[in-house]
Amino acid sequence: MKSDVTIIKDEEIDLLLNELFERYGYDFTGYARASLKRRINRLFVIDRLPSFAELLYKVRSQPEYLPHFVEEVSVNVTEMFRDPSTFKTIREEVLPVLATHPFIRIWHAGCASGEEVYSMAILLEEANLLHKSLLYATDLNASVIENIKKGIFPLSQMKQYSENYILSGGKKQFSDYYTAKYDWAKFDERFKSKMIAATHNLVSDRSFNEFQIIFCRNVLIYFDKALQDKVLTLFDDSLEKLGYLVLGAKENMRFSKIAKNYTQLDKEKIWRKIK
Amino acid sequence: MEKDKIKRLVVIGGSAGSLEVILGLVSGLPVNADFTYILVVHRKSDSDSLLAHILSSRTPMPVCEVEDKEEILPNHIYIAPPDYHLLLENEGLFSLDSSEKIHHSRPSIDVTFESAAESFGAKTIGILLSGANADGAMGLRAIKDKGGLTIVQNPAAAEVAFMPEQAIKMDAAKQILDNSEIIDFFKNY
Repeated sequence: MKSDVTIIKDEEIDLLLNELFERYGYDFTGYARASLKRRINRLFVIDRLPSFAELLYKVRSQPEYLPHFVEEVSVNVTEMFRDPSTFKTIREEVLPVLATHPFIRIWHAGCASGEEVYSMAILLEEANLLHKSLLYATDLNASVIENIKKGIFPLSQMKQYSENYILSGGKKQFSDYYTAKYDWAKFDERFKSKMIAATHNLVSDRSFNEFQIIFCRNVLIYFDKALQDKVLTLFDDSLEKLGYLVLGAKENMRFSKIAKNYTQLDKEKIWRKIK
Repeated sequence: MEKDKIKRLVVIGGSAGSLEVILGLVSGLPVNADFTYILVVHRKSDSDSLLAHILSSRTPMPVCEVEDKEEILPNHIYIAPPDYHLLLENEGLFSLDSSEKIHHSRPSIDVTFESAAESFGAKTIGILLSGANADGAMGLRAIKDKGGLTIVQNPAAAEVAFMPEQAIKMDAAKQILDNSEIIDFFKNY
């Protein structure tokens, strides 16, 4: 079993990352090495690559392989109302503050297929704020961005999402928000009309607006500490004073240099910019 | 670097039916041996910090659910958080990963065991307990292949035999021990 799976060596990873950067401008050198290595090893299995040389050859000579490589190496797992208590806190403590703004801008950085963006749009609608909100959804992968524009998610997940929704303080019938068709749930067009989806690489792209909330959940875990710090600084530059930054359940900004300007809400992974 | 102070990295994996042995084992773990203990237990994500709470009443060592990029310290017990894979970075930090489930499990025992073998090599001790799926067997084999010590709960003594059986089939076990032998293992170590 084990023996026929190629295990990539550290120096081979260095060679590969160098190639990706030199040739295509994708910089993975600041990714946490242990999980990056796992993702690359997984590529050998799913693409049936016999050797590292084969992978390197593909990367060098087949530019069309690159989007696939980036998509498979990055992790695109997400769900609606993940960690419901976070969304409950946003409902109860964050949205009432945002309600006073004439216009609300939210950035979902590294949003993958967009389940979280739709969750937030539902929250905004229930708080009667969606009409004056814009949700910017960005990800490294172009293909997952397409999914946001469609608003279609697997029907099999809806039971779980509905439970999460209720735990987040949702009072409505969750199934009213989508139409079921075959194995898919299509969310109402009115949500999509408030979203702007685009590719954005947190490693190399800059701030593009100022927001009242930035979501970046379970993205920083794939970065090493230096890159985490760099990305948190990018968020700091993109967040209005008194704006909110929402991270994943096991992520923390305490190691970063921006931490001193923020205060944490309760025990949730929500920080408010106070300076 | 704290990583260099760690004499042994003990990774314990368990699923259905493993809790009782884990509780017994944790009570007997040496406290000042400069060992680091990591627990990967399959469980529901809503039982969040309950396990850490139960375990901390049985040992004077700090018991914590891992946060991303936390430093790996000796004389600590770390628990893989629900819904994340737990990995070890070479520079002595933990990384979390929320990628696809392995053997329907996240955290996956295989992922942590393989990562431990990779970054701690022969210093690693892997212990695989009761469970109903094949998670952990490959990872335990990886520890053995790197020269680490591997212990499998005797399937006859395990509440659910399947997981330890898989490890034995893969020739991943250096020792097959009964429950009381596992619990006492570190007392005589």
